[in-house]
Formats: sequence, C-alpha cells, structure tokens
Amino acid sequence: MTADTPGWETVVGLEVHCELRTATKLFCGCPNRFGQEPNTQICPVCTGQPGSLPVLNRMAVEMAMRIGLALHCRIEPSIFHRKNYFYPDMPKDYQVSQYDQPINIDGWLELPSGGRIGIERAHLEEDTGKITHVGGAGRIHDASHSLIDYNRAGVPLVEIVSRPDIRSAAQARDYVAELRSILVATGASDGKMEEGSLRVDANVSVRPRGSTEFGTRAEIKNVNSLRSLVRAIEYEAARQIGVLSDGGRVTLETRHWDEAGGRTTSGRTKEQSEDYRYFPEPDLVPVAPDAAWLGRVEAAMPVLPAARRSRLAQATGAPGEDIAVLVETGLDELVLAAVAAGADARTAVNRATNEVAGALETGTPPPPATFARLVKMETEGALTATQAKTVLADMLRDGGEPEELARQRGFEALASDALADAVSAVIEANPAEWERFKAGEAKVAGFFVGQVMKATRGNADGGAVTAELRRRAGI
Amino acid sequence: MTPPAPGSGSAAGARPGRSAVETADAVRAGRLTAAAVLEEHLAAIEARESELHAFNLVLADRARAEAAAVDESVAAGRDPGRLAGVTVALKDNLCTRGVETTCSSRILEGWKPPYDATVVTRLRQEGAVVVGKTNLDEFAMGSSTENSAFGPTRNPHDPTRVPGGSSGGSAAAVAAGFAGLALGSDTGGSIRQPAALCGVVGLKPTYGLVSRYGLIAFASSLDQIGPFAGTVADAALLLEVIAGHDAMDSTSLDAPAPSLLEGLDGGVEGLRIGVVSELMDGVEPAAAAAVEAAAHALSAAGAKVDRVSVPAAVYGLSAYYLIAPAEASSNLARYDGVRYGLRSEGPGGSADVAAMFAATRAAGFGDEVKRRIMLGTYALSAGYYDAYYGQAQRVRTLIIRDFDAAYRSFDILLSPTTPGPAFELDAKTSDPMAMYLSDVCTIPTNLAGHPAVTVPWWPEGSGLPLGIQVLAPALGEAVMLRAAAALEAAAP
Repeated sequence: MTADTPGWETVVGLEVHCELRTATKLFCGCPNRFGQEPNTQICPVCTGQPGSLPVLNRMAVEMAMRIGLALHCRIEPSIFHRKNYFYPDMPKDYQVSQYDQPINIDGWLELPSGGRIGIERAHLEEDTGKITHVGGAGRIHDASHSLIDYNRAGVPLVEIVSRPDIRSAAQARDYVAELRSILVATGASDGKMEEGSLRVDANVSVRPRGSTEFGTRAEIKNVNSLRSLVRAIEYEAARQIGVLSDGGRVTLETRHWDEAGGRTTSGRTKEQSEDYRYFPEPDLVPVAPDAAWLGRVEAAMPVLPAARRSRLAQATGAPGEDIAVLVETGLDELVLAAVAAGADARTAVNRATNEVAGALETGTPPPPATFARLVKMETEGALTATQAKTVLADMLRDGGEPEELARQRGFEALASDALADAVSAVIEANPAEWERFKAGEAKVAGFFVGQVMKATRGNADGGAVTAELRRRAGI
Repeated sequence: MTPPAPGSGSAAGARPGRSAVETADAVRAGRLTAAAVLEEHLAAIEARESELHAFNLVLADRARAEAAAVDESVAAGRDPGRLAGVTVALKDNLCTRGVETTCSSRILEGWKPPYDATVVTRLRQEGAVVVGKTNLDEFAMGSSTENSAFGPTRNPHDPTRVPGGSSGGSAAAVAAGFAGLALGSDTGGSIRQPAALCGVVGLKPTYGLVSRYGLIAFASSLDQIGPFAGTVADAALLLEVIAGHDAMDSTSLDAPAPSLLEGLDGGVEGLRIGVVSELMDGVEPAAAAAVEAAAHALSAAGAKVDRVSVPAAVYGLSAYYLIAPAEASSNLARYDGVRYGLRSEGPGGSADVAAMFAATRAAGFGDEVKRRIMLGTYALSAGYYDAYYGQAQRVRTLIIRDFDAAYRSFDILLSPTTPGPAFELDAKTSDPMAMYLSDVCTIPTNLAGHPAVTVPWWPEGSGLPLGIQVLAPALGEAVMLRAAAALEAAAP
C-alpha cells in the first residue's frame, strides 16, 4: 500500500516553526545564539523569575512583517495570548504566543513548479527551553533524570501555518524548500533544519479521490529534514489508507515520526488534549505597526526567490534545476556578477552549481570579480576544465587569486602551438580513426581527446582539442 | 510649602513626630543624620515588632550600612537625593537583589531574587534606607494579612484586630513608626484598605504610572505599586520618586513622573466633588457618616459637593473575582519546583514530573491561594471563558464607561475606603465572601485603572480609624492629592 494508491488523495497542511535570526530574544535582552554552553544565555525574564516582565523585541516584529510580506499576507494589528500548560522546559508554565489576532494572515506561496499553497497565518511566539532525558533510552519514561537548557527559552519564532492545499509528499517537500529559501532571503532565518531553526509539523489526512470533504487528520511531529518529511507523509498516508480500507477510522491525534524505524507512532490523542486556557497576555500591549513602519519594512524587502529565479534564467539561460540550486544556495548573485563582469554564463553556472555550491559548508565563495576571472581563464583556454575545478577548490578553501593559484599548481594550459603538435602526433598514430572522424563519426572525437589528454598528462583543454580536430577535418 | 503635620490621633503614638519630607530636608541639610533616624525606627521595631509582626525580615545591618552611606554623601557635600535618610519598608512581594523575597508563601522558600525591582532601584537612587520586608497575605491574596505562611500581622491601634491586607505589614509598619514610609501593592484595595484600617495614607496610582518590574505578580492587569505614608505630602513625595516610565515594563505609561508636591496645598475651592452613591450603600453607618462629614468639610473649604451614581460599580466585586483569579492562575503556574523555591517529591518520592509539580504546589501554597487558582482555572476553561472571563471583561468596560461619565461632571469622587473599621483576628477567616466584601469600595478603581488615595479619618470617640477614599480619573493624581491634603487638614 502506498500513498499514491489509486482512488485515494493525500491532503497535507504544514506548520513550520521558524526561529528568527534576531540578535536578542523575543522578550528580553539575552543573546539569541545557538550552540552555547547550557544556561549561559539567560536572565530573570527568560527564566521566568518572579516579578520579571516581557518587553517585545521590535526586530522580531519587523522580521515577522518581512515574512508576512514575502508570503503575500495581510499585516494586521495583533495581540499576544498566554497558552497555559505545565511543562518543565517552559519557565513560566505558559507560552506567550499569538492566538486569534496574529500579525500575518491570509497569504500564499507560489511553488517553483507552479501552483499556489495558501497561508492561513504566520504568527509570533516564544520558543521553549530544551530538555535532555538522561538514562534509559533518552525517553522521558525510563530516564533517571532530565536536564533543562533555557538558552532557547524566549527565542523568537514565527509559526507559518499553511492551508490544507498540499496534495503529495513531494509537494510538501517543494513547499518547505521554497519556504526555506524565502525565509533565508528575508534574513529572518538561517534555514537550518538540522539545528532546529526550522521545524516542521505535518497535518496529514487522506480521502477518496473526488471527495470534497477532509478526512480526519494526524499531526506528525519530529520531522527534522526534507527527506524525513517525504518519508513521514508517505508512510502516514499509506497507514491511514490502510486503516480506512480495512473499515477502521483514523484517530485525531499527534503522531511521532520515528526516523530509524521509518514509521509514525501514536502520541497523545487530540480529544484528550489539554485545555490551554488562552487569554490575552496582560503584560504586553497590542502590536500595531503604523503605515510608516510598514512602509520602511516594505522598502527594505530583498528580491525574493521567485523573482531571483526568473532573473537568473534570463541572464544565463541555464536549466531550471541549476537555477533552483543557485537561488536556494544564494549563489545567484555570484553568477550574475560574474556574467556581468564578462564571464561565460554556462561555465559560470556550472562551476557555481557544482563546485561552489558543493563546498558551501566548508568553504567561502570567492568575490564575484575573482570568480569571474577564473571562469574566463577556463573559457579562454588558459585552464582546462579539470584545472579550473582544482584552482576553484583551492580558492574555496583558502581564498586567493586564480592566476596565482594556477601558477603555484604549475597549471599552464598548453599554448596553442603545443596543442597543435600533440594533435598532429595523435592523428598520425591513429590514421584509421582519423578517417572515421573525417567521415562524420562524431563519437570518435572522444577517443582523440582522450589520447591528447594522455599525451599531455591532462594539460590540454578538452574543448580546445575538439575545436582543433574539427578545424583540421573541415567540419 | 509647609507640609502638614504628621497624622494625629494615633493610639499607637510610636511614630516619630517628623514627616518624611521633613526628615529628608533635615538629612540633606546636615541637621540630622540618617543613622540617627534609622536608630529611632529600629528602637520602635525592637519595642513592638514581636507583638505586631509587621516584618518577614528586618534588614538592620544592611540598613545601617545604607544610612552610613547617606551620611557620608552629605559629609562629602553630595546630595543623597529626595528621600535622603528616610526609612522605607517594602512589601515582601517586591524583589530585592540577594535578599529573600517570600510573598509570605512557603513556595518561594529560599529564593533570593537576582535583581532589584525598579521601584527599589529608584528608592536607592534617592537616598532611601530600606529597613525590611513586610508581611502580607500570601501572594497578596487577602484583606487581613492572616493568609501569611508566617503568621498574621496585628493592628498597631488594637493588636486584637487585623491591620487589613494584603499589605498589612507595610500599613502596620508606618502606623507603628517602624519606618517613615512603606511600599505596598494594590490589586483590589491591598494598599488602601490596610492604610484605612491602620490610620495612615495609602495610595494606588493610575495603572502604568509606576513600573511593575520586580513586583511579583498577582493579577497583572490590576496590580500597581503605591506608597504608604503618615501624611499626604509624604505619599506624594514617595510617588514622585517611584513614578515614571520604565522600559522594563511594557504597560508602563510613556509619561514623565508627575510633579505632585508642588501645588499640594492649593485647596479645593471650586473643585467639583461627587460622593459615589453605590459605594455608600451597604457600608457600616460610621463609615457612611465619616464620608458625609468629610464631604461637609470639603464643601466648607469651597468645593461643590454632590451625590453621583456610578451604576456598574456594584458589579465590581463579581468581575474582580473572575479577572484577578484568572490572571493569578496563570501568573502562579511558574511555582512548579523546577527552577527555584520549594520542591516537594511528595510521600515516597514523585513518580514523574507531573507528580512533583502537584506535590510541590500542594505543599507550597496556602488555602486561599489554592482557592483562587481553582477559581481562575475554571473561569478560563474552554466552554466557560466567554461566560466568565469574557463577561467580566465586558463588565470592566462598563465600569470604565460609568466612571468616565461621572468624571464629565466631577473632578474627583469620594467614598468610604472600607465598609468599617479593623475587625478582630479570625472574624472572617472562615467566610471568604465576608472577607472579599472588605474590598467592595476599592475594587472598582483597580478595574478602571484609575488612581485613588485613602486619608485617615478618626471618628469622634472611636479608638479605631476609618479611611476616606478620594478617587480621580486616570493620571488625576495631582488634583486627587490636593483634595486629600485638604481632607487631611480638616480631619478630626
């Protein structure tokens, strides 16, 4: 049984929690920094000391507004509520969150493949601390004790709630990937799912194809990567189809994605879920961005991924897949600048998509002008493709100028004289193949390029060899 | 201006015959040392504290060091500030860095705040000497200071009677001369009611005028910190010091601290004063008579006095007992044994964290606190929210509207502060409703967010004081205090 079982349709709505990249937390002046020593980024406010009070971080509001604008939402006057429940990772035993009057409502996101996914709301709230259960299998029930790190408590979050417009696991992945690009582009998020700065809960239901009513949904938690998201949705949809096909009914519940086991397991049922006793947070005042503030935020909005994709496509003519990679990794600016500096678009796209994007985790992309010079050295034959990749790897790792790095490596692409000599020698040694090439058997070109490469120990440029062969054959 | 003489007629008689205004003037001028002032108060504490139990903690050594620092400042030619050498007692729900702050609850056992409340910082900046932390009804929930985990405070004028509450310790401390001034908090009358029962001046400022940062919350939308003082001028001085915008409190008004001492003796000539009919109904005859006498005195001083109706005020108590417990149920959730204060594993140890929460809260909170947490939790529950919390908020809007209407015809309003004088210990502990009714005259002001002050009024031939409550519209403190000063001058 799979999710694309004929006769069934999968319906998905996603809740994406995005940690905002503010300098400080949502309601206090503590640094908003990941990976610090536990309980060092804390103060009376974010540890809920008696008598402390929250003060709203304006930058968090501004980032939320940017997200709202990027998702075509209406930005509304909003208020905060208290969501009351007891849990040790929550210093006040209530979470300050926006409830029935969120800052952003009614927007949409356009998928790169076309089609819009509705956005119901994108609201501000505070993050909780982080619990580590010690002993047992790291689960709360058999743990000997638990450790709590409040560094994350009070970190600003925007929760982006989609409408149930998503119809497959693949579409869910595309939605999250595009949303992540948008969030990174607005400067609101670093987009790091593995560090938990982007967390996804998936509401999954199934229904007979053609039905207009929604089935009972399950909310899937603990989805930590795009790959898990796809697997979790596919598993869950198949599970629900199985249940319904066997005449059972789906329970409204929270389910936990078990990455290792590749399945979802039942959590608490929503029917028994807690009553959060929401009420307006009396320690905060309403947030009502005025026209001037909204205007300033609007004016400072960056170019968003969709626009960047069409801009890059226009400038390079590169295939959609490469365009998507470059915009997602933010390397589109590098390519555009290199092309503007005179580099060949195709080569620039190839080097950026393969070498630069592949080294983003470990290296630093070169400045556009430097990158442009490297690309030119390759297209003009001063470096072979192989040599250009080697030099670029050096640049990504250590920085430096391509000319100097090529010299240090001893890469001097063959001067055209030396190339001509090598080609002549190979033709003489392989007359039969030469006749076939001249007769129009194009694939023999590969044989000659290989022979020339061998003779020159890789210092020849493949493109230049092919050009020389064609020139001599008169084709 | 000449500050009025300290309140007279007190049977306690231990209060030094010097106002805080006079003390600060004398210390700043070098005519009196802060050390000498402090020793007078410590002597008074020594004499009667064991009987009255106004304090949870007397900070004698710290206070001596603070007084010495003030005197050194003066000797060095520096100005220690507007409260130079004036002793101040702090209600024990105001955070003091490194000094236990208990809310008179077992649940905060051992907790020492890592920071000072904004009001405490402002007191220190003006040269005040903090003499101790005063007793209160646990988490400020009560009207007699009998709900303290550390035992009740007694009324200095009659130790068989309560001082009122919840800021009973602060009221008793000022009345007994343990401190020149005190700070309390007022959520439904917790400053004004004990001030009235102890025969001192007590003032609840406009909501947002004084920062709540460092005040341990009871009901956030109602809580305000305010002064206790022997005189109206002293209350004005203390309010000037603690008022004004604070970036740490989002509900703090973006307004400069008002100038209140200036013009305090301007009189009430031409002032339109309304006696609130609804707050005269149901009080003891002596309380109503005191207000009539006060109104008469103000009229004689040139004010135009008339009756006024604030119809929705009668719903104040009901609305309050939904809103305040609702907010409290959330504000007090954090006392869970995880981060600070008491942790109880219960008998045989806790099976899990939820059991630890339950055991801690069962052991740490007193009955009244538990009662209000349950009331509030119920009022916020799904399905009941609109009928209870939502309805109470609508009543609150009506109360504000009715007050606004009254203030279109009157500059200030007048009422009894309490239905009667101080009652005997244990008289109302078994009947929560009777206790709640002690605040019937003070609660509407909190719901409206308006200021009010109580001025002592000693009925002829009575050994117990009453209070006259002067109410004003938001930020009407200056005119309110002008009327209060006139009342003080006219009081028997």
